[in-house]
Amino acid sequence: EAAAAELHKKIREAFEVFDHESNNTVDVREIGTIIRSLGCCPSEGELHDLIAEVEEEEPTGYIRFEKFLPVMTEVLQEKRYRPIPEDVLLRAFEVLDPAKHGFLTKDELIKYMTEEGEPFSQEEMEEMLSAAIDPESNSIHYKDYITMMVVDEN
Amino acid sequence: MGSGTSAQHHFAFQNAEKAFKAAALIQRWYRRYMARLETRRRCTWGIFQSIEYSGQQDQVKLHDFFSYLMDHFVPSSHIERDLLNRMFTEDRFLPDSEMENGSDYESIEVPDCYTGPRLSFPLLPDHATALVEAFRLKQQLHARYVLNLLYETKKHLVQLPNINRVSTCYSEEITVCGDLHGQLDDLIFIFYKNGLPSPERAYVFNGDFVDRGKDSIEILMILFTFMLVYPKEFHLNRGNHEDHMVNLRYGFTKEVMHKYKTHGKKILRRLQDVFCWLPLATLVDEKVLILHGGVSDRTDLELLDKLDRSKIVSTLRCKTRKESGKQAEMKRKTDETNSAERPTPWFLPQSRSLPASPLRLSSDKAHKAHKTGRSSSIPCTGRLERKELSRQVQARRSVDLELERCQEQAGFPGIREKEEPSPHTSETSHEAGEMRQPTWEEWKQVMDILWSDPMAQDGCKANTVRGGGCYFGPDVTERLLQKYHLQLLIRSHECKPEGYEFCHNRKVLTVFSASNYYEVGSNRGAYVKLGPALSPHIVQYQANKATHTLTMRQRISRVEGSALRALREKLFAHSSDLLGEFKKLDADETGLISLDDWAEAVEAALHLGLPWRMLRSQLVNSSTAPMLEYKSWLEDLAKEQLSRENIQSSLLETLYRNRSNLETIFRIIDSDHSGFISLDEFRQTWKLFSYHMNMDVPDDCICDLARSIDFNKDGRIDINEFLEAFRLVEQSCSEGDGSGCPQAEDTPDGGGSPGTC
Repeated sequence: EAAAAELHKKIREAFEVFDHESNNTVDVREIGTIIRSLGCCPSEGELHDLIAEVEEEEPTGYIRFEKFLPVMTEVLQEKRYRPIPEDVLLRAFEVLDPAKHGFLTKDELIKYMTEEGEPFSQEEMEEMLSAAIDPESNSIHYKDYITMMVVDEN
Repeated sequence: MGSGTSAQHHFAFQNAEKAFKAAALIQRWYRRYMARLETRRRCTWGIFQSIEYSGQQDQVKLHDFFSYLMDHFVPSSHIERDLLNRMFTEDRFLPDSEMENGSDYESIEVPDCYTGPRLSFPLLPDHATALVEAFRLKQQLHARYVLNLLYETKKHLVQLPNINRVSTCYSEEITVCGDLHGQLDDLIFIFYKNGLPSPERAYVFNGDFVDRGKDSIEILMILFTFMLVYPKEFHLNRGNHEDHMVNLRYGFTKEVMHKYKTHGKKILRRLQDVFCWLPLATLVDEKVLILHGGVSDRTDLELLDKLDRSKIVSTLRCKTRKESGKQAEMKRKTDETNSAERPTPWFLPQSRSLPASPLRLSSDKAHKAHKTGRSSSIPCTGRLERKELSRQVQARRSVDLELERCQEQAGFPGIREKEEPSPHTSETSHEAGEMRQPTWEEWKQVMDILWSDPMAQDGCKANTVRGGGCYFGPDVTERLLQKYHLQLLIRSHECKPEGYEFCHNRKVLTVFSASNYYEVGSNRGAYVKLGPALSPHIVQYQANKATHTLTMRQRISRVEGSALRALREKLFAHSSDLLGEFKKLDADETGLISLDDWAEAVEAALHLGLPWRMLRSQLVNSSTAPMLEYKSWLEDLAKEQLSRENIQSSLLETLYRNRSNLETIFRIIDSDHSGFISLDEFRQTWKLFSYHMNMDVPDDCICDLARSIDFNKDGRIDINEFLEAFRLVEQSCSEGDGSGCPQAEDTPDGGGSPGTC
């Protein structure tokens, strides 16, 4: 039906952006980016499960579009891995800031992001710090940060 | 453990769990954000590339246009005839022996008040260093020194082989740099970071030194100076932009005429000589081949080594340049053969079916055929009736066929293969001295070297995007490397986000040295150093201080904004096509289409192959979602672009779409580089062009348009003013700092009354 066809086109478009050799395959390392660009927000664990579904029997390092399409279509139809609303994100930061300062220090942020949850790599940490940390106070004012990032998204 | 501590533990555990979950949530959100950013970056890149390459197809269209003028068009008025003659005569090439010699710089005086850099010959390393410093301080080199340097440069280049062979036993390191495209900051940065050229520090610059950026001439001066100072260690390869035809379109011609108002023409003329003598490739230790574009399945290094590279003045035309001796000879011919005085258009790639050299007419058989056909007399000025030419062309063709048939009947092999333009100039070439054509094979070999791009799939196919050269696959690379016992092919020609890229199993390395090429923050530049065993070591940079202070997010936003602006302009330029496509999908004439249909329609109209559904939110602001009121969307697009609402929107749209062709046509008409063309010329050219392109633009609209842009009513149009007034200014004017081009909000004094159609 029409809705599915529209989804197919969306998925194909996103896939093609990363199909550098124009041969209907993408590097498995870019699958996460593709899935996220289609509006989903899976955790790393959920992502690994998805990859396992679309990979070949003998992993080749590449994902073929033919395998990716049906799986991704279902994901979108079921509206899995919804993005996180702004207020939920804010509350998450507040959990890490029980004293209600309104900010986290750089060290605190690093500790949480690299030791808790699904830890960041060094590169991810540095990249987040470069945008999030206010150099004067050496801290992240998370409310402002979120607002800035969300505006950017739109 | 008492109940107190277990409650504490429980509480602590809960807190830890909460913190864990909160962190996981933030990470999940952040990773999605970064993924979206990466996708935007790739889409932006795709936009720039597809617009750039679709612009290159304009080149092809323009050549079609001139081919059409050449082969089929019959002028219906003397105005049209005059225009054609003007386009088709080589009055750029003054038959002046001093000019040909190039030593006329001596007569140019340098005023006492000149405080810029000076050159004296023979050049010393200090001169080169001082020159770099002077340019860094934004000084300009006086025309006399420019011409002097070009004279010496040509003398040097003539001695070089087509393929420079370099050995690493003499210098300790070799650095290879890619396209610079007039971006002086990048060149200065490379010298700063890597060190100035010296006997121990060899350099190879792999073409495309000029066009697009604003300091092309300064880059050339520096490169040529170092080449003369360190002839054994400093090497240049020709790129596809070292070509006066390409320069007309992409900004170098404009830059030279702007900086050197008095002597610019001379300088451009000299440069033609210099460009065609640039070597085609560099070979390091017989193992690493460096050339600008790529290779094809026909690439033959032995042939490339042997051919006369200076015959190929421009890869966009398979023709040699005129020598003054030949011109004199042509003038000697009588009126009856004065068709020979009309050279074939100097800017056309020679069609293979058409004999290239007008000198063929001097052969007796053709001569006789024409005598009988001639009825009207030809004015002594040598201007040729276009009709006459067509007839002669026909006559020429039929004579050839006749000759061939006779020869075949007599049992001789065919005179010429269909592929070679005209090998028969050999007798005449001796007379004329230097009027020899490259063969089609030679021309193609050079074309492939300068224009080809690698592709992922095996095979070799024509490069339709660029209009020249081919796409070559890993198998072609492999075969070539094996055939000539090479280990690596280094090329440039394509912009890469990281400044470099390996492909074909790391057998091909693209290196591109113009950072921030599309826009501030769009890409890094890179150069490659060949170390022991010639293993490549890449160094990347971005020569713009502004980018260092921006976060990735900000950089991407900025570049994205620029790409989207360009894309919206392109959409506007295809408004009529878009409307057509929309209407097809709106059979019931509701004025609405679905957003999905929008994506289909846009691709059908623009053929850019972009991910329209992903870009949609940035291009469409639909208050009637999920449907779109397409007419008002198109109107919004137009409002953004139009600075003069009184000019009919569809005409403007046509102008936008053909902007780069327009500018090129202007510059061809403006053969004396004055920066002005007459109203009549503009009108005539536009008429011809629009007729050829099947554009439906009424005559009076063109007249009104022309009149309205003649701001001071003197019957002439200032090309740059015209282009600026309609925001038809190339991105290169933004000077790399990301600021928008200056908008001509105020019309110059006397602002013409706009025409109404």
